[in-house]
Amino acid sequence: MTQPGSAYSLETHKEKSETHTMSVLVDNEPGVLARVIGLFAGRGYNIESLTVSETEHEAHLSRITIVTTGTPMVIEQIKNQLDRIVPIHSVTDLTVLGSPLERELALLKVAGTGEKRVEALSLAEAFHAQVIDSSTGHFVFEITGEQSRIEEFIALMQPLGLVEVCRTGVAAIARGAERM
Amino acid sequence: MSASMTGAQIVLQALADQGVEHIFGYPGGAVLPIYDELFQQDRLKHVLVRHEQGAVHAAEGYARSTGKVGVVLVTSGPGATNAVTGLTDALMDSIPLVCITGQVPTHLIGNDAFQECDTVGITRPCTKHNYLVKDVNQLSTVLHEAFYVARSGRPGPVVVDIPKDIQFATGLYAGLSNSQHKSYRPPKEGDASAVEAAVEAMANAKRPVFYTGGGVINAGPAASERLREIVRLTGYPITSTLMGLGAYPASDKQWLGMLGMHGTYEANNAMHDCDVMICIGARFDDRITGRLDAFSPGSTKIHVDVDPSSINKNVTVDIPIVGDCHHVLNQMLAAWKKKNPKLDKPALKTWWDQIDTWRARNCLHYKKRDDVIMPQYAIQRLFALTRDKDVYITTEVGQHQMWAAQHFHFDEPNRWMTSGGLGTMGYGIPAAVGVQMAHPNSLVVDIAGEASVLMTMQEMSTAVQYDLPIKIFILNNEYMGMVRQWQELLHGGRYSHSYTEALPDFVKLAEAYQGVGIRAEKPSELDDKILEMIETPRPVIFDCRVDKHANCFPMIPSGEAHNNMLLGDDASEEDLENAITEEGKVMV
Repeated sequence: MTQPGSAYSLETHKEKSETHTMSVLVDNEPGVLARVIGLFAGRGYNIESLTVSETEHEAHLSRITIVTTGTPMVIEQIKNQLDRIVPIHSVTDLTVLGSPLERELALLKVAGTGEKRVEALSLAEAFHAQVIDSSTGHFVFEITGEQSRIEEFIALMQPLGLVEVCRTGVAAIARGAERM
Repeated sequence: MSASMTGAQIVLQALADQGVEHIFGYPGGAVLPIYDELFQQDRLKHVLVRHEQGAVHAAEGYARSTGKVGVVLVTSGPGATNAVTGLTDALMDSIPLVCITGQVPTHLIGNDAFQECDTVGITRPCTKHNYLVKDVNQLSTVLHEAFYVARSGRPGPVVVDIPKDIQFATGLYAGLSNSQHKSYRPPKEGDASAVEAAVEAMANAKRPVFYTGGGVINAGPAASERLREIVRLTGYPITSTLMGLGAYPASDKQWLGMLGMHGTYEANNAMHDCDVMICIGARFDDRITGRLDAFSPGSTKIHVDVDPSSINKNVTVDIPIVGDCHHVLNQMLAAWKKKNPKLDKPALKTWWDQIDTWRARNCLHYKKRDDVIMPQYAIQRLFALTRDKDVYITTEVGQHQMWAAQHFHFDEPNRWMTSGGLGTMGYGIPAAVGVQMAHPNSLVVDIAGEASVLMTMQEMSTAVQYDLPIKIFILNNEYMGMVRQWQELLHGGRYSHSYTEALPDFVKLAEAYQGVGIRAEKPSELDDKILEMIETPRPVIFDCRVDKHANCFPMIPSGEAHNNMLLGDDASEEDLENAITEEGKVMV
């Protein structure tokens, strides 16, 4: 059966999906995050991770880091669609610039006693995770690193009494001396 | 300049400083302070519509026929939600509007107050940008910014939501400033090397075609002038989208007619077979491209658009140029003149010969009848009898709209107001009200269908109130014609709910509104009745009873390619039944 080919069946382009990290500089004003998220929801784009905070207090600028997946055509669309939102100052595709520095922070609550507790603590040391809260029955670990490393740490904690996890999403910055 | 005034006064001052003369609106609790200010002045003329959707369409008609920003004023809650269809229409067709909505007082926002709705939330996806003003000292800056955003780059609708307490509060008015917007700076000039590459490709073309759209019209009358200049200089054929009609004169010999689903045979075939496509201010919409994987295979595609997100969205192009059509056309002209290229005359001659054979197919032909008015004939007569008039056309949506696009020909931009992207039935009457407001001495005709027209018929009352002599020319076939046509082609002729059994008597309806009603039932009386309509200096509803079963051809069936058109006169019943493949049936 031939694939139907119209604007209603863009799926005929079976291009490979790529993951890109974008850095978006926006005016820190009410509703700006809703505009960004609404764009992704309304046009059917994926958000893998989203991190936002004001980074320049005097200029009231916030920096949003978005990790998204799509075909090269969709990635280009996402960038261009973001760029035409009025309070957005700039959109930079960090992935295009070359492997950006990406870090995420996670908090893990691990409960247990005896051997498992000892094991959890020694693994945390190996991963350079900090203990930021503890009792005789639990630890809360703070870990920072690349996403893959955090995934690894979470997987290791799973059988050792992992109660819950909280993650920040990715913060990313381009390599080199230049400003974005 | 800065002076102390109330929020409501700031609104009127900002509108005056923006050069606004007319606003379209409907009062309500949350905009009463602004209406009170309106009452005490006579600089701004307010047009009271009968439904907020009508206010937005009227502002669209006003904007499209003048090139100015259209202005709407509505109340909170239902006032704002009723405006949503019009705002979405303006977003899809890139029409510059500023829509001021009242809002419940700041301290009640979020409390489910009477006539409260989350206006900025609801309108976020259907506006280019929107604002909720919470500080009266920001109000004037926001309003001026709203006008800037609405008209700059790719134009669009902007909502400014003003809580009632802000309208009463006193604050400082800041006048127009020349300072740059902090983040929104749309492109103007195109990249010089891309323009060079485009001109090079154009110069070497053997089978070129210009494909232009509403972007040329939005870039102003000067852009249309530049387009005419470059098209004549090159001698290449030109076609246009529904939105772009009028940018290039339809009476010119290089004009191929409209392209797309109901475009001409010659235009669509030229698009399919061309080797260089020069797209200016159009966006490769699905009504244009038809089947994407068979769209103009083998052509080098040049795409000029002010909105980078329109480029490579549906169709991958070879030479993208991001910039305003007017500026880029200027750049192209300069580069072309400097290059003074030697064209491949024999190849171009062959191309024009090929186009002439397509033209000879006479794709807009239909069988005339003596006993019943054919809808195409009605449009042709309307066109012929208004040729010497200063005429503006609006339409509703459906078969009549496509027949109007095919058989009413435009030689000037800003003369054709139709809902292209959203396809809003009910657009035509209020749009005609807006156009007539801007051009009181011109002939403004809404070419309509009897189904569409009933969606906003109440605006007839507006036309009567303001002595706007609009002509509502209804091609009455008692069916939602385009729905009926698709049911015939796709659904075995099962006409599910597309026939209106209880239509009003349109002549009596016109009289009930204190307008004039005219009916034509036979081809022999059509001309006299049309002339009577033109000469009536009052709003007219013209009930033109047409063939109930006429279909709109040519047509690219959905899911098919440009060179696989269905033509009217040779389409047998079997052809029609098999016109659309199983895959095509799932599409719209």
